[in-house]
Amino acid sequence: MSTLHTVNKSPFSHTTLTSCLQVCSKLDGILLLEDGVFGGLVSAPCTEDVSELINAGVQIYALAADVNARGLQEKIRKDIRVIDYNDFVQLSIKHNCVQSWY
Amino acid sequence: MVPFLFLPHRLHCICSIIRFRYELRITMIFSLAIYTAPYSSQASHSAYRFALALLENGHSLYRVFFYHDAVHTASSLTTPQQDEINFTHEWQALAKKYGIDLVVCIAAALKRGLINQQESIRYDKTTFNLAEGFQISGLGQLVDAAVVSDRLITFGN
Amino acid sequence: MMNKILSKKLLFISRHAPYGSSLAKDALDAVLAASAYDQQLSLLFMDDGVFQLLKNQYTDQIAQKSFAAILPVLQLYDVNLIYVHRESLEKRQITINELVLDSVQIIDSAAVSSLLAQQDQLLSF
Repeated sequence: MSTLHTVNKSPFSHTTLTSCLQVCSKLDGILLLEDGVFGGLVSAPCTEDVSELINAGVQIYALAADVNARGLQEKIRKDIRVIDYNDFVQLSIKHNCVQSWY
Repeated sequence: MVPFLFLPHRLHCICSIIRFRYELRITMIFSLAIYTAPYSSQASHSAYRFALALLENGHSLYRVFFYHDAVHTASSLTTPQQDEINFTHEWQALAKKYGIDLVVCIAAALKRGLINQQESIRYDKTTFNLAEGFQISGLGQLVDAAVVSDRLITFGN
Repeated sequence: MMNKILSKKLLFISRHAPYGSSLAKDALDAVLAASAYDQQLSLLFMDDGVFQLLKNQYTDQIAQKSFAAILPVLQLYDVNLIYVHRESLEKRQITINELVLDSVQIIDSAAVSSLLAQQDQLLSF
């Protein structure tokens, strides 16, 4: 069974994303939303850990509404998929549980 | 009736597609737990947007449980600016349209000055401010939501 | 509405330090409430949540109830599956004998990952 992790804190000021990455399994997904979308930047402090998980097969997503609101359209990593709320709903169904990191 | 396997190939493909699309249309029961005050953080709005999306996708929303600072969403006295979203009204409208249970945790509510008529009388207060459409109840409702729902999503800050 | 036959695996995850915000106390209240409903409960302390478990918490000057005094109540409520994240303890240089509860399971990140995967619902605090 797999977990969808949602992270809403910036990794530049919180260790929330780092904690999430630590316990994420290969089958899980991670959705960055609200200030969490800053975790999708190449400049993010834990970007290497993010790369490691993506290379291991973990799908990482960023919520479009929050990416666009923050002007990050061209700055989000290309290997992170930008999705909308409908996709968020689908992901919450695809995975068995949702763990909210805040 | 002609057995499925003996249908002409093209019709077989069409039936497979229809059956595949039908099987994808799973409807789930959701509940949301919201912990953040409206306006103080974005999580309150994220929860609302998620609720809208799941309902528009044909799923059901059993309960929204307002805990911690989220109890302020249920105040009849919230008065945002005219060009700002009114969370209280939005949740009321959604609950009315889709029959959603909006529950406010009693312990979290009372200590934050959110009170319904019954508790107002009990505690000898001069007024009450729980908005219509919301009900005050205990943490058991959160547990019930977790048990009854297929998915429980938390929105916190 | 609660179906008494349905028993789900509910994991409460408490990640916030006590006292600075009420999230830690809210999590504990939710766990204690859930203990009355015959579900398969477990509780995980992680990140700053591990600070809730320290002995010698004297809160008389901050007008809050001490977690060191409240947490042992979990056992009375039959909440026995209590996990603590090893890496969170190590990062904060907290040793097991500094914890107010002695019947907890210290688990590493991989085990936390497995624990999450076994649940029916996660209640995130």
